Amino acid sequence: MRRTGLFAVALVAALTAVLLFLILPVVAIFVDAGPGELIRSLGEPASREALWLSLKTTVAALIIIVAVGTPAAYLLATREFRGKAAIVTAIELPLVLPPAAAGIGLLAAFGPKGILGEPLADAGIELALQTAGVVVALTFVAAPFYLRQAQAAFAAVDPSLLDAARTLGASEARAFARVAIPCAAPGLVTGGALAWGRALGEFGATLMFAGSFEGITQTAPLAIFAQFSRDFPAALALSAVLVAVSGALLLSVKLLGRTQLLGGAQA
Amino acid sequence: MRVALVLALALTLSALAGCDGDSGGDDGSAGDRLVVSAAASLEPAFTAYAEATGIDAKQSFAGSDDLAAQIRQGVTPDVYAAANTSLPDDLYRDDLVDEPVVFATNTLVLAVPADSDTGVDSVDDLAGNGVTLAIGDEGVPVGDYTREVLGRLGAPQADAILANVRSEEPDVGGIVGKLTQGAVDAGFVYATDVVATDGALEAIDLPPRLQPDVAYGAAVVEGAENPEGAEDFIDGLLAGDGQRALEDAGFGPPPAA
Repeated sequence: MRRTGLFAVALVAALTAVLLFLILPVVAIFVDAGPGELIRSLGEPASREALWLSLKTTVAALIIIVAVGTPAAYLLATREFRGKAAIVTAIELPLVLPPAAAGIGLLAAFGPKGILGEPLADAGIELALQTAGVVVALTFVAAPFYLRQAQAAFAAVDPSLLDAARTLGASEARAFARVAIPCAAPGLVTGGALAWGRALGEFGATLMFAGSFEGITQTAPLAIFAQFSRDFPAALALSAVLVAVSGALLLSVKLLGRTQLLGGAQA
Repeated sequence: MRVALVLALALTLSALAGCDGDSGGDDGSAGDRLVVSAAASLEPAFTAYAEATGIDAKQSFAGSDDLAAQIRQGVTPDVYAAANTSLPDDLYRDDLVDEPVVFATNTLVLAVPADSDTGVDSVDDLAGNGVTLAIGDEGVPVGDYTREVLGRLGAPQADAILANVRSEEPDVGGIVGKLTQGAVDAGFVYATDVVATDGALEAIDLPPRLQPDVAYGAAVVEGAENPEGAEDFIDGLLAGDGQRALEDAGFGPPPAA
């Protein structure tokens, strides 16, 4: 009896420590600068430009990720072939890659002196220090978040539904578009939200590969770093916006997860 | 249950506080552990200095302005060394560091990748069509010196050059990286940065009328855990191992006051 009491105390102590530690920095962002200061700082043209650029580049990255990632994830989820495990692991590698290593890798691959530097230059494509380079960096770091979720979502689709569609004369492509995607939709949206959140926060790879220039490559996280020494309240205000957006994304993922469970129960 | 919660909280906090106290004690017993926040351009010289003296120095190198902003947020390294004198002077005025000393000078140069023919041979070439540049961000010393140079060129030429800027980097290391990767044709960095690249970059001297006065200031940080070590470290920059390391890295002596 006494022993379980102590154990319960230890558990509560651990959770309290976790909560305090994880919540305090987030709360501090909103407390350190008052609401008036936050709103004033968001009026700064540099901050607004950074947020606008972040919105444009993350949406562009997300479109690429969803357009290419959805069929790729479908293939991985519905076919068995040799080396599949290796491919899945390789695709997930950017999840754990340090951002600085990602930046160096992107330079080594797509930079002017990189492996594909010359062919790209011949084709008239310039990525380093360009807005397109930001999109490349965001796509690289965020794609695995979507691919993982999408693969799991497709794998969970009842194969008999796809078989039924084919029996009724639907082509492979039609079964994919009309059956697999609608069934997997909640999982796909969750993956998209997670990828979007990761892209919004990207810093290291962007700075190394795309540099930092207002309106061209300076996304909100880079603007936070640039303003850290110049205008701390402005850095706080931008951080607050990113926290709010990320929080909203997480919340929508949680809510989607709940409806997904309910939907599953009904089916 | 509520008692348990309060107890848990108290336990946690005391554990955390105890942890903090312990690490402080360890630092104290180690004795000469020195924490240094220094401008990115000082990295080769300060690393060599610490090796030469065997000081147990934990050095972090970044843009001087970011390090100053950290000190304003309550971070207390023992030594703060900046690539200008205004940042340490401002901190001194706000009682955040002791009186700074000027310990070295440097020169601003135009750097180009050594192996590629970018067609940039002087500042006059920077305004050309298709030339790309990386410079320091505003507020970073190297960025402010660069803007000083551009200011002396006059508005039309300065504007044309700024229009060719592709990246405004948070510290000089970022500019060097963009140059060695061939992502830009040219950039303004310190002469010592070019020396440190071992031939990867080539320095183009600026005409004397454009050369800004680049002086480095250092100070003991208010509330430093190892103020004696910090003072010794700064003294060594003026005469001794630090001074030699700076000279080897290509820094100039402080201006005779």
